[in-house]
Amino acid sequence: MRYERPSTMKQASALLAKEKGKAFVLAGGTDLLVRLRTGFIEPDLIVDIKRIVATREIQSTAAGFRIGAAVTGAELGEHAKLQKAWPGVVEAANLIGSKQVQGRCTMTGNLCNASPAADSVPALVAAGAKAVIVGPKAKRTIPVEQVPVAPGRTSLRKGEIVESILLPKRPARSGDAYLRFIPRTEMDIAVVGVAVSVTLDAKGVCTDARVSLGAVAPTVLLVPEAAKALIGTKMDKAALDGLAKACSAACQPIDDKRGTREFRIKVAGVLARRAAQIARRRAGGK
Amino acid sequence: MSGIHVTTKINGDVVEYVCDADETLLDVLRNRLGLTGAKEGCSTGDCGACSVTLDGRLTCSCLVLGAEADGAEIGTIEGMAKGEELHPLQRKFLQHAALQCGICTPGILVAAKALLEHNPKPTETEVRFGLAGNLCRCTGYDKIVRAVLDTAEEMHRSARGA
Amino acid sequence: MPLDSRPDTKRSFAVVGTRPLRPDGIDKVTGRAKFGADAVAPGMLVGRILRSPHAHARIKKIDTSKAEKLAGVKAIVTRADFPDHTDGDAALYDVLYNIMAREKALYEGHAVAAVAAVDARTAREALKLIKVEYEILPHVTDVDEAMKPGAPVLHATVFTDGVEPKPKKPSNIVRRYEFGHGDVEAGFKKADIVVARTFKTEATHQGYIEPHACLANAGPDGQAELWVCTQGHFMVRDTCARLLGMDISKLRVTASEIGGGFGGKTTVFIEPVALALSRKANRPVKVVMTREEVFKASGPTASTSVDVKIGVTKDGRITAADATLRYQGGAFAGSPVEFGAMSAFACYDLENVRAIGYDVVTNRPKQAAYRAPGAPMAAFAVESVVEELAKKLGLAPIDFRIKNAAREGTHASYGPTYGPIGLLPTLEKAKQHPHFKAPLGPNQGRGMACGFWFNFGGQTCVSLNLNNDGTAALSVGTPDIGGSRASMCLMAAEELGIPYDKVRAVVADTSSLGYNDVTDGSRTTFATGMATILAARDAIKKLTARAAQIWGIPAEAVTWEKGHAKPAGANAGNFPPMSLAEIVAQAGATGGPIAGHHEYSADGAGVSFATHICDAEVDPETGFTRIVRYTVLQDAGKAVHPSYVEGQFQGGAVQGIGWALNEEYIYGKDGRLQNAGFLDYRIPVCSDLPMIDTVILEIPNPGHPYGVRGVGETSIVPPLAAIANAVSAASGVRLTSLPMSPPKILAALEAKAG
Repeated sequence: MRYERPSTMKQASALLAKEKGKAFVLAGGTDLLVRLRTGFIEPDLIVDIKRIVATREIQSTAAGFRIGAAVTGAELGEHAKLQKAWPGVVEAANLIGSKQVQGRCTMTGNLCNASPAADSVPALVAAGAKAVIVGPKAKRTIPVEQVPVAPGRTSLRKGEIVESILLPKRPARSGDAYLRFIPRTEMDIAVVGVAVSVTLDAKGVCTDARVSLGAVAPTVLLVPEAAKALIGTKMDKAALDGLAKACSAACQPIDDKRGTREFRIKVAGVLARRAAQIARRRAGGK
Repeated sequence: MSGIHVTTKINGDVVEYVCDADETLLDVLRNRLGLTGAKEGCSTGDCGACSVTLDGRLTCSCLVLGAEADGAEIGTIEGMAKGEELHPLQRKFLQHAALQCGICTPGILVAAKALLEHNPKPTETEVRFGLAGNLCRCTGYDKIVRAVLDTAEEMHRSARGA
Repeated sequence: MPLDSRPDTKRSFAVVGTRPLRPDGIDKVTGRAKFGADAVAPGMLVGRILRSPHAHARIKKIDTSKAEKLAGVKAIVTRADFPDHTDGDAALYDVLYNIMAREKALYEGHAVAAVAAVDARTAREALKLIKVEYEILPHVTDVDEAMKPGAPVLHATVFTDGVEPKPKKPSNIVRRYEFGHGDVEAGFKKADIVVARTFKTEATHQGYIEPHACLANAGPDGQAELWVCTQGHFMVRDTCARLLGMDISKLRVTASEIGGGFGGKTTVFIEPVALALSRKANRPVKVVMTREEVFKASGPTASTSVDVKIGVTKDGRITAADATLRYQGGAFAGSPVEFGAMSAFACYDLENVRAIGYDVVTNRPKQAAYRAPGAPMAAFAVESVVEELAKKLGLAPIDFRIKNAAREGTHASYGPTYGPIGLLPTLEKAKQHPHFKAPLGPNQGRGMACGFWFNFGGQTCVSLNLNNDGTAALSVGTPDIGGSRASMCLMAAEELGIPYDKVRAVVADTSSLGYNDVTDGSRTTFATGMATILAARDAIKKLTARAAQIWGIPAEAVTWEKGHAKPAGANAGNFPPMSLAEIVAQAGATGGPIAGHHEYSADGAGVSFATHICDAEVDPETGFTRIVRYTVLQDAGKAVHPSYVEGQFQGGAVQGIGWALNEEYIYGKDGRLQNAGFLDYRIPVCSDLPMIDTVILEIPNPGHPYGVRGVGETSIVPPLAAIANAVSAASGVRLTSLPMSPPKILAALEAKAG
C-alpha cells in the first residue's frame, strides 16, 4: 500500500485516475481506517487530501457556503455563521461519532461512504446541498442525493473526488433540524434519521420545505410528499400528522441488528414531527 | 513496502520515525516509540482508550495513519504531568478513586483535558457527553464525572486566585 | 478457622475504612502501568490465530504447507501440536478443545490454527495461506431450540447427568440440577394468588476494555515464562502446563496489570497457543486478541430461558416458589445454571421452594464467568414476578419483600441456614432513603429489586517481608483488578500498627508464592485480606519473640501495640517500647530476616445482599429508556477502602443497566455473531447514565477478623429486574425478555394499545 499526500486537487485526481489497483481517498479517515484495520478493504493507494488548501476551508460566499471536503465536524460546530444559517446541518454533522471522531470526520466522507444511515446526509439533502466533484478532465456539480447510489456505492467515476459541498444561501425565516434515533445517547449508528428544512412567510405559513429520511431505505431519501404536507400550512397538528404519515409511508426499511422494520416506520413519523417543530421554531414560527 | 519517513512533535519533543503506509499512529506510538500509555481497546474508534491530541484536537490514534502525523504536534498521556507535578486531573482521578483497572484511564484523562481546555466550566451533562467516546467498564463513570467536575472547580478557583 | 479471626465488631480501626490513594495510582494516571499488551521481549514474534468462520463444522483437513513457506513465518500450530495430556479430566479436555479445535469447529471464532511471524502483516498473510477443509454441519445457538429433540447435537458423548434413568441418546443437555426444600405442590394449593411467567435473557459479554494479551517465552529445555493479563496467573500456569505436558515448576507466569476481567479472565484462551508457538519457534511470541476476537472467541455469559411460578396468600406471605432455568453456556459443559438455580430464591424465607436447572450446550463460544455468574438472570425472573405479585396484592413492593425476606436463621433455598445477613437492613434503609420518596416526572416509573451472591474463599498464600527501615513488603498472588493492593496495604498496616504508606503490596509471580486461586467470587479482599492479616499476625509473633530475645524475657511476656513491642505487664520488666523498625534493624543479630506468611483454604466468605432502586423514563413514542436515578444499597460486612467499595457497587449496577437495556449477542441465521464490536455491542457510555448513589451497610461477616464480605458481584444481580420493574411502572408494559431494547418496548406498547 502507498500513501500519497498531494497539494492540489489536480494531482490528487491524477493519482487516483492512473492507479491500477484499489485506491481510496483519505480525509478524516474515521471510516476508511476502520475498514482498513478490519481487513474489509486492502488498498493499493491512499490519497490523503488534507494538504490541499481548498479542502480545509469553510467559505461564506454570496451564494451560500462552500465547505471543503476535509473540514471536520468540530470545525463545522465552531463556525458561528454556518451554525446560524444551517443549524440542522451542523447538528447532524456533530452527531457523527464521539468528540474524538468529531476532530477528524467530514461531511464529505459521510456522504461518500454511501451509508443509508449517515447522519449528515439527510440534513444535506433537506438543505438542498450540492457536491462539487473534481475529475481528471472536468469539474461537475450535482445534488448530494445523487452521490450515493446504493449502500457503499457512489456515482463517482474513476479519478473523481468530491472537493467541497455547497450549501445555498438561506432565505429569511428559514430553519432546519435533524433528529435521529439511537438506542444509547451517543456512539451509535442511526436507526432512523430525519431532516426537515422549512421556510415560512411573514404569517408563519410554510412556503418551502424539504424532508429527508436516513436509515429507512438503501439510500437516503428525499420525500417530496412529506414536504407537500407542510407547504401552505402553518405546520399545525394536521400538517404534522400528514408529514408523519408521508414519512412512514416513504420508508422501505429492513429488519437488522439495529432495529426492526416496524420500529423504523413508526419512529420515522415520530421524529419527522419532532424535527419539523424544531425547524419551524428555528425559522421564527411561533 | 518502503517506509515513510515522518518528522513530528510528541509532547513537545521532535521525534522522527519510519513507518509503513498502513500503520496507524497508535501502532507507531506503541510499537515503534515505546509510548504504550495509549491503549488499543477496539481499533475502530469506539472505545477511546487510544485517545491523543493531534494539533490540539482530540482524536483516536487508531483512526490516524502514522504517516499523517508528519509535521503535526501530538499530545499523549505521557506528556500530561510536568516532571513530578501531576496535572490536576491526574491528581483528582486518584483522590476520587476514579479508576479501577486503569486501562481506560489514559484515554479518559487525555479526553478530559481536551474537554476542560475547550470548556473550563462544564456542567455534569457536558462532561458526560464530552466523555461519551471513552468507554469505562469498571466505574459506571460516577467517580470519573465527579473527578472532572472537581478539577474544573479547582482550576477555576486557582485561575481566579492567580 | 482460627478463633482469633472472629470479628471484633466493637473494634475501632486506625486505617481500615479510610480512603488513601492507591499504590498503583501514579503508574495508572501517567500511562506507565504495564498491561498485557504493553510487554516486549528481544526477538519477539507476533502470533495470530486462524478461526472458524462456521458455527459448526467438521474439520477434514488443515493444510499449512503454503503458509510455512512464506518468508518471516517462524512457527505454525494446529490441533496436531496439542496432543491430549488431559488424562481423563473431562473439564480440562474441554479447555484443550476450546483453545484449539479438534475434530470439529464448534462455534464461529473457534481457533483452528495459529502462526508466529516476524511482524503482524506477515502473520496475517500466513493465516490466509492456511487452507482448512470444512464439512459444514447444522448448528443451533438458542437454548430452547438446542433442548428440542432433533436439534443438531454438538457432542456424541453428552448423555444428560442428573436424570434417572440416564438417557440412552446423546443430546445438548449436559446436566440437570435441583435445589430446594418442602413440598412445592402443597404450597401452591395454599396460595390465593399464583403468578407464573417465562423470561428470556440474551448472552452478554463482560466487556473489559483490555483485550486478552500475553507474551510467551518458551525454550527447548522445557522452561518457559509467560506474561499475561489474567485474573489468576497460578490457574494459567497450572492449566497451560497440563495442556502442554510441561512441569508446573518450569513455567513461571507473571500477571500484568489487568484491564478489567469481571470473570472473563478466569480461564485460558490464547495463553497455551502462545506458549506452543514460542516453544516451536524457540523465540518469544506475543499474542493479542482483536476486539472482534474478544467477542467471538473469549467467554461471554449464558443466554437463558427461565420459568418462575410463585404463590402467595392474600396477606402477602409466599407459600411456594418454583423455577426451571435453562442456560446455554456455549459449546461445552459448564453454563452457570447451577449458581442460577441456587441463587434464584436466596433472598426469601420460604417453606416450599424448588429450582431446577439445565446446563445446555450450543454452537457459541464457551462461556466464562461474568460477575455473579448465573445469578442476574435468575433474579431478573424472580424479582419481576415478586413485583407483579406485590402489585396484585395491593402491597408496596418493598413491604412485600420485607415480609418475605430471608434473615438470620432462614433455611436458604440452596441448602444452608443463614447466619447474620444484610438483606433486611438494606430493605429497611431503602425504605427510608430519599430516593424512595422523590417525585417522578412524566413517563417515569420507579422499580426495585433485591439480589444475592454467595462470595467465595479459596486457596490463598501471602508473604509479608519486613525491611530494616520498618517498612513491609507484601506479596500476594491474586491479581489486582479494582484496587485490592490498596486494601491489602490497609489491612497489613492495621495489624502491624504502621502507616499505610509503609506497606508496599505487589502481585508476585508464580515462582514466588504458593498456589493462589484466581481473583474471582469477590474473594480477594476477603480471602487475600484475611491471609494478609494472619501473615501480619505471624510476623508480629516473630517480632515479639525477637524483642523478648533482646530484652532477655520470655516471648509470652511481650505484646504488640501500635507498631511496637511492649512488655506485657509490670512483672515482665521495664523496657521502653521497641518499634518494628528497631526490631527488624537488629534482625541480623537475632536470627535473621523477619517475615510473616499465611497459606490456607479460606472459608466463611459470608453471603452478600443488595437492594437497588431505579427510576426510568420511557419515551412512549419510541420506546427509548433513560435511567433517571439509581441507588445501590449493599452490605459490605466491613468496607476496607470505602471508595473502592462504592466503585464496585456503581460498576456492577451500570453493567446491569447495559444488560437490561441494550447489550446482547445477536446471531444471524448462519450462526455467526453480527455485532462483534463496541459499535453494535452497546455497553453504556457516560452520557447514558445518572450518578449512581450508594449506601454501604456494614453487617460484619463472622468469618473474617474485620467482618469483611466480598462486594464485587452482588451489585450486578438486582439491576435487570429493578430496571424491568421501573420500565413497567413508567410505561405500563412488562417486558419478560432482555434486552429491553426500544423496538421491543415500542412493540409492547403498540400491542397494549391494540
